[in-house]
Parts: sequence; C-alpha cells; structure tokens
Amino acid sequence: MSETKYYIEGVNGPVVTVKGGRGLAMMDMVEVGTERLIGEVVSVEGDVTTVQVYEDTTGLMPGMPVFPKGAPMSITLGPGLLNNIYDGICRPLRGIAEATGAFIGRGIQIPALDEEKKWDVTICVSPGDELAPGAVYAECQETPVIRHRSMMRPDQSGTVLTVVPDGAYTVTDTLVTVKNAAGEILELKLAQQWPIRSPRPVEARCTITRPLVTGQRIIDALFPLGKGGCAAIPGPFGAGKTVTQHQLAKWSDADLIVYLGCGERGNEMTEVLDEFSELIDPHTDQPLMYRTVLLANTSNMPVAAREASIYTGMTIAEYYRDMGYHVAMMADSTSRWAEALREISGRLEEMPAEEGFPAYLSSRLAEFYERAGYMKTLSGKEGSITIIGAVSPQGGDFSEPVTQNTKRFIRTFWALDRSLAYARHFPAINWNQSYSEYLTDLTPWYNEQLGEDFLKLRARLQAVMKEETSLNEIVKLIGSDILPEDQKLTIEIARVIRLGFLQQNSFHAIDTYVPMEKTKRMMAVIFRLFDGCRGLIAKSVPLSQIKATGIFEKLVRMKYEIPNDDLSQFGPYEQAVDEAIASVAALYQ
Amino acid sequence: MKLEYIGLSEMVGSLIFLDGVSGIGYDEMAEITLTSGEKRYGRVIQLDGSRAVLQVFEGTKGISLENARTNFTGKPMELALSSEMLGRVFNGAGRPIDGLGELYPEERRNINGSAMNPVARVYPRNCIYTGISAIDGMSTLIRGQKLPIFSGAGMRHNDVAAQIVRQAKVAADDGEFAIVFAAMGVKNDVADFFKKDFEEAGALQRVVMFVNLASDPIIERMLTPRCALTAAEYLAFHLGYHVLVIMTDMTSYCEAVREFSSSKGEIPSRKGFPSYLYSDLASLYERAGILKGKSGSVTQVPILTMPNDDITHPIPDLTGYITEGQIVLDRELEQKGVYPPISVLPSLSRLMKDGIGEGYTRADHSDVSNQLFASYSKVQDARSLASVIGEDELSDTDKLYLKFGNAFEAYFLTQGVREDRSIDDTLDLGWKLLSILPKSELDRISAEDIDAHYVEDVTF
Repeated sequence: MSETKYYIEGVNGPVVTVKGGRGLAMMDMVEVGTERLIGEVVSVEGDVTTVQVYEDTTGLMPGMPVFPKGAPMSITLGPGLLNNIYDGICRPLRGIAEATGAFIGRGIQIPALDEEKKWDVTICVSPGDELAPGAVYAECQETPVIRHRSMMRPDQSGTVLTVVPDGAYTVTDTLVTVKNAAGEILELKLAQQWPIRSPRPVEARCTITRPLVTGQRIIDALFPLGKGGCAAIPGPFGAGKTVTQHQLAKWSDADLIVYLGCGERGNEMTEVLDEFSELIDPHTDQPLMYRTVLLANTSNMPVAAREASIYTGMTIAEYYRDMGYHVAMMADSTSRWAEALREISGRLEEMPAEEGFPAYLSSRLAEFYERAGYMKTLSGKEGSITIIGAVSPQGGDFSEPVTQNTKRFIRTFWALDRSLAYARHFPAINWNQSYSEYLTDLTPWYNEQLGEDFLKLRARLQAVMKEETSLNEIVKLIGSDILPEDQKLTIEIARVIRLGFLQQNSFHAIDTYVPMEKTKRMMAVIFRLFDGCRGLIAKSVPLSQIKATGIFEKLVRMKYEIPNDDLSQFGPYEQAVDEAIASVAALYQ
Repeated sequence: MKLEYIGLSEMVGSLIFLDGVSGIGYDEMAEITLTSGEKRYGRVIQLDGSRAVLQVFEGTKGISLENARTNFTGKPMELALSSEMLGRVFNGAGRPIDGLGELYPEERRNINGSAMNPVARVYPRNCIYTGISAIDGMSTLIRGQKLPIFSGAGMRHNDVAAQIVRQAKVAADDGEFAIVFAAMGVKNDVADFFKKDFEEAGALQRVVMFVNLASDPIIERMLTPRCALTAAEYLAFHLGYHVLVIMTDMTSYCEAVREFSSSKGEIPSRKGFPSYLYSDLASLYERAGILKGKSGSVTQVPILTMPNDDITHPIPDLTGYITEGQIVLDRELEQKGVYPPISVLPSLSRLMKDGIGEGYTRADHSDVSNQLFASYSKVQDARSLASVIGEDELSDTDKLYLKFGNAFEAYFLTQGVREDRSIDDTLDLGWKLLSILPKSELDRISAEDIDAHYVEDVTF
C-alpha cells in the first residue's frame, strides 16, 4: 500500500496535479501526500492527472506520493447512519471531534459506521435461496422507528451458501455467503459500499399520486409537493429559507429525512442537531433524530467536499428508499454547491458560461434532481425520494443562472419574498410567484381524502388573493376609502387570509404543525364569513358595521385557539360567524 | 537543510516567481531579504513542479530579479500569541507597531485556523445587551453570533460600533470581556477614533488592535482579519474571555481580495470579485461561536460600507448569506437626524428567537418585537399613500399609523450616543408606542398580554 508511482506535480488551492503514470481513472478516489488527504480525479490529460482534494492542502509539496484507491469515491451504507451527523464525504463528525478536538483536523480516516456496536440481526434467507439484486437478506432495528434492511447490492446476485444464526453482529461481521454466476464467493455483511456519483438502480419509476403532507398551510393548501417530487425554495438572505427547510424536516410525513447543510452556517447545524434530538415527531412519538441523517459541510469547510456532499446525501437517501421508505432530502443550499462547482471549474481553467458558472451547471443540476422520484425498488417495494432544495440567488434576483436552471427541473416553486419577510410575514412564500405543477397529479388524492370541497375552497382562496393584488394597485393610488363596499370586503377577507391562514408561526406550539383537515376547516370558516358578508353588502349594509362585531379579528386568532386534535372547536367559530351576520342583518331589517 | 534562493525568475504585481525550488509546501511562509538588508515576507500560493509562486505582503516595490534572496520557513503563516497581547497594537500581519517591543509568545498558531466541528459547538443563547433599543428590542445580539453592520459611506457606523463596545454586557455576568479590533484599509482618523474611544471608556487594557491603514499594502490587509480572529480564538478558548471582535471595513478587505485575484489572472465572477469570495468570507465569519467545555466565546460585529448603499452588491449580499443576520443603517433616517439610524425592517438577528423571552429577557419580548415590525411595515404603506393622496385624505387608522411611525423614530430609534437603555425600558417604550394604535390592530400579541401592558390614552 505504501508503494506508489504517482507523485504531486503542482498545487493550486484544492486542485492538485499528479504525475507518474497514466493509470488513474476519472472519478477514482486517491489519497494525496504523506498525510493521505482524500481526493478525487477530475481530469486526465496525457501524463497529467488533476485531482480535487477534499481537505485543506496547506503543506503539500511537489514530489509527495499519491496513492490510488482503484475505485470511485464510495461511502459505506449500513445501520448507524440515522441519528448521526457526517461531513460532506461521510466521515462521522462525532468521531472527528474525538480524534482532533473542537476544530476539524486533516487526513482523518474514521469509518462512517460504528464498528464495535452489535446489532440485533434477523437473517431472512436460508442456504440454497436465490438472491436477486436488491433482495433483503438481513434486518435489524436501526432506531425505534426505522427497521434497517440489508439488501444485495444492485449489481450482485447469486445463490446462498451459508448463513449465520440470528443474533448480535457488528457491521463488519459476515452474515451470509453467496456464490454468484461467475462462481465467486461474496461475503455479505450488514453494511455495503456504493459509489456516490452513480444512481442506485430501481425496477421502475411510478407516477406521483400522493402529496408530501407538511403541516404548513400555504404548502399543503396552495402549492403542494408530491412524494417523489422536487421543490425549490429560492429567496434572498433573511427570507426564511432555512426555517422553512427546518419546518419541513420536522413535520413532513416522510419516513426518513436526509438533511444536508451545504455551505451554510455552523451554528445552524448545531441547532438542528440539538433541536431534532429533543423534538418529538408527531407521527411516531419518538425524537426526530431517530429518522434523520445530518450532513454538514459548513461554509468554511473545504469547498471540494461541498461539491461531493450533495451526492453523498443523495446516495444515503437512495439506500433507504431501496428499503421501501419515503425519504425527504433537504439540501440547504444548492447555490453553495453550484458555487463550489464554479470555484473548482475556475481552478481547472475551464471556459466559463453565464456569471462564471461552468457550462455543465444545468446538466449537473438535472442529474441531481432526476435522482428523485417515486420508485418501485428492485425488491418490489415502493419507496420515494422527495428533494427540497434551497436556492440562494445573488442579490435575491431570481434571474440568475442557478435559480433559472433549477426551475427547469423542479415542479414546485416556493418563492420567498423579501418584502413579506421585512413585515415579518412568515413563511414568506409569495403566493403570486409560487406554483405547483403537481396539483393535477394530486387532485384524485385530495378529492378522496379530504372531499371535493378542499380544492374548491383552495381555488376560491387563490382567486381572492389574486383579486387583492390587483385591488392593492388601486389602493396604492387612491386609498381604500373610495373603493366600493364589495371590493373593500375582498381586501378585508384577504387580510384575514394573510394573517389568519397564510401566516404560520413556526415557534407556536399549536400553529407550527397543522393537519390537513384543520387547514380545510379554516378555509371553510373564512369563506362562510365571506359569503355571509356578501349577502349583507348586497343589501347595502356597510362593511364597517360588520367589522364592528369583531368577527374578523376572531377568525385571525382561530389558528392559535383551535387545538389540532379537537376540530369540534370549529363549531363555536361557525356559530360566531352566523351570529355576527345575523346580528348585523337584524339592524337593517 | 536550509536553502536560500538567490534571485527571482519573474514578477507580476505583488507576485514573485521562483524556479528550481524543491521541498516547499503549499501555503508556506518565506522571508525575502533585499540587498539593502530590508526584509519582506511572502507566502506560497501556487506550486507547479519546481516553480513556486509567492505573494509578497509588503508589495514588490524595489525588488528586482537580482537583489532578493528568499528563505523558506517550512511553516504556514503563524501568529505569536500571549496573554500580553491585551492592550497592544499590531500591524495587519501581526507585528507590534506600538513601540513596546516584540511579544514573548506562549504559543504560535496558523492564522488560517480550522473549521469548528458543528458537533463541538454550543448553540448560542445568551443575549448581549447593547443598551441600544433598536438592537436589543428588535435584532438582539447573542453571544457567539456574527452580526454585521451594513452601512454606507458617511454614515455613523463607527459611533454605533463604539457604543456597542462601550455598553455591551451580558445578562449573567460570568466572565471577562475582551475586545479585538481589526482595522482594514481604514483612514488613520477612524483608527484614532476607536483608540480614543476605548481609552475614554477605560477599556484600552482589554483591547487588542490590528491596524492596516488605507495606505498599507493590500496583501497585509488580507491577513489582518485572520490575525485578529486567531488572537480572538486564543483569548476565548485558551484564556476564557468573552471576546467581541470588531472588524472594519469588510468592503476594503473584499476589494483587496479582488485586486489580488485579478493580479493572479483568475477568472472573475460578479463585479470582478473572484468566485471564491463566499468561501473566503466564510472562512472569517464562521470563526465566531462557542465551544463545548470552554468558558469563552467569540462574537463578531463586522462593519461594511455598502457601495452606493446597494444591499444587493456582492459584498453585503455574500456577507448576509453567511452571517446570522445584519443591522442595516439607513441614509434617509440619518438625514432625518435619527441616531442610531438603524433601519429596523431589513435588520435581523437570526439567533434572537432562542435568546429572548421567558428566562432570557422578558416573556413579552418576542411578541412586542414582532408587533413593532409588523406595525412599522404598515407605516411605510401609509406614508407612500399619504404622499399620493395627501395626509388629510387618509383613513383614521392610517393616520394613527403615521403618528405611530413618527413617534417610533423619534423615541424608540433615537437615543443618545451615551444613552444606555435597559431591556425593560426598551420593551416598555415599545408598549407605549404600540398603544398609539387601536387594540384591534395589534394582531401579533395575545389578548392577555394586551390587557396587561396596553397603555390607555398614551401621549408623546
């Protein structure tokens, strides 16, 4: 292993040129220098091979050895990934902290999974069984909520020769031996390796029919995301991208979350780690970390590892999808990944396209987003990966290349708006700029689960907000006093919708997560009032009379006052609406 | 084996090229001696076979291809550290310039630092009271946070920074404060202003200053914040101080990075800045925080002047994406005579939500600040409407919003340079201002809180 013919020729930031032979393959993993820093081959030109190094290159010298690993950049997949936090190339940050202290050192090689821990393993096969790619041969309870299934690698198959009895084993123990068609003996363990840049194969891609229920009203009601779909959250700084991502990671009904902090703040990752260890998942009554894998490449960690981190996250997500789980992957933020791509491209002296980004930006984004989907796995189960990518456009300008290219590959777009954020209207999702193309796919689900009135209410709500936008143009010029009463009513109802429905307080115990049924009932009460008021106004009752009853304010507060698990509390609100209307009507008899 | 290389092969701007070198590491420091005996310092920025490219901190003026001898130190750039640093003044590269002689180092550390492991961080929760209502009440500064001041040329950001330094205190006083001040490309007057101000506050013995003036070399300017943060980390995590780092002016720093990048012939991205500006800034700002098992903390207040007051310019833009919020100063307020001219709507403290409220500041803090934000944003709408149809034509509610807005600026934002308001005073003032509006307009506060705090018949 210490014998190598390759050596360093030059160093420029994270890019190292290597000479000494022509045997290195594209995307092969190498170890660079005497400290054995991890790197990956990014270009080969005659005798000169270019390597991007995932760690700080200080101290590397021309002439130092470079060790080829003979395989593409791979990570270990197995039990123990959940409830854990890794860096961009899947090294455990807790292990690194034990090895080098509070600051991250270099050249550390720690196995991704705890090799000492014994898992309580159930073997699912017996000698003589034929194992197809993706077949499950062992199971263990990884966390109280996730059962881990060890599967044949998608590129392997064969006949079982021996199995061990059920019992406690580590990830390095051989559980099953298999003889493949070529006559080779494969030793199967709890864990397996997989190259991060190759999508794991599946049986078939299915159509999207179910939404990812997020508990966020504006998303569930107006701009839903399908399970297996892709969404982007672009927004200027301070608009709440990260808080929205956190909310989705906390409350969405996915089985499993892969949360990737890509070029973001260190304190935020600490917050996620602390908070998710304490917060209880409403779907399983267990801490959220039991269904979460965290990946952190903070903005001051090496930039090359940032480029790789998105693939590491995706590979982990695919691994659990193959077990038949519905995985949601949050990438915060894809712009930092694109910038890492740009930085490395610049160091490789490639020809830049728009704003210095390489010309292959859009094909790389496409490759990434296309790894999402609702799939039939090799083992015949159904699983999905939903991607929610934050985008940090420069200067908040959505016309920049990353936002524009992303828009081509996603179908739900949650545009965050600076002016809403300044008014502390959160989530600051702008209802005029956002869209969801999944609505048609999901219509049958909504009609079946929530009744046909849900989408009718939704359509009315969107129409009112649209009308408010155009009325506001007039109000800006002449003030609201001059408007006719029915238009005043539209503005007043839109105000109730903004404050009482679209705004959702992620720090409020009740309001942080709202079931679909409550979302629907809230819309229904608001439109009950709207219809009642319209009846009165048609009889020339001034709006100010109705406002004086205080019913509008009452509806604004209902989101805080009706518990999520007792929707019968809507009764008094419906009654209050009817009474208010009746009392005003009585005055004008 | 210590080799000395005589002569150079090439020079471009502040870069020198040496051929035929071996055994040199990337990022290694070098000492360049001229025939006149003058010493300069450089750093390896690129290696290609036997060719090395060095950046010379003091610039290449007066260097010829023949009159320089280069010695490599075998180490990356390190800063000498000691508890004796407090009260001293250094240049941008960390060498003493106060005439008090060299420092006896207890330790030397690489100025580039390393990334803090998120697992080893403590999530910051303790607020730092600055005594400034607009900050304490609405964009609270938290210990371990990085909260920049976005300003523009000619605004009173230095006064605000100095006031923060003078008045900063923590709720539970459990450690000593130290201040690290990094001046990058500032005018002499600015450096003097801060020095005098620290002196008047009797804080000079707790301050470490790194000064790179506008006329000093730009390469040194790129080292200044790194030296300052290395010193801050040493004071915080080795000696246990709560360190407040003031860095001014980040715009000069970024321009130095751009100048250096273009001299290297790198491909520029936006407005000529190099594509790695984000990573470069992050390598500075991310050095704020608190570590498990350590008593100290590093809090950063960088100051930057937005070119042409444009918040979407790459420097404030990239900064805002890294830092945990921002305090934005506004020229219009400044012209109205409001000090501190803090524009509260674009200002934000991301860590505020977990450091205020019951057990930290006051139970009603979060609601009051949310309501102030929401109401003040309506003031802007009322004002623009008034400018079209005239104040007289406004509805009664809109008129009250105008009144609220003016009172908010005159009493809440405005305060003396030496006025230190407690958090209770700030929040009570907030309630008094909100009471200008009818109760039905206060939609962010619970009914109980309104009953408890609403001031009837308020006058200003």
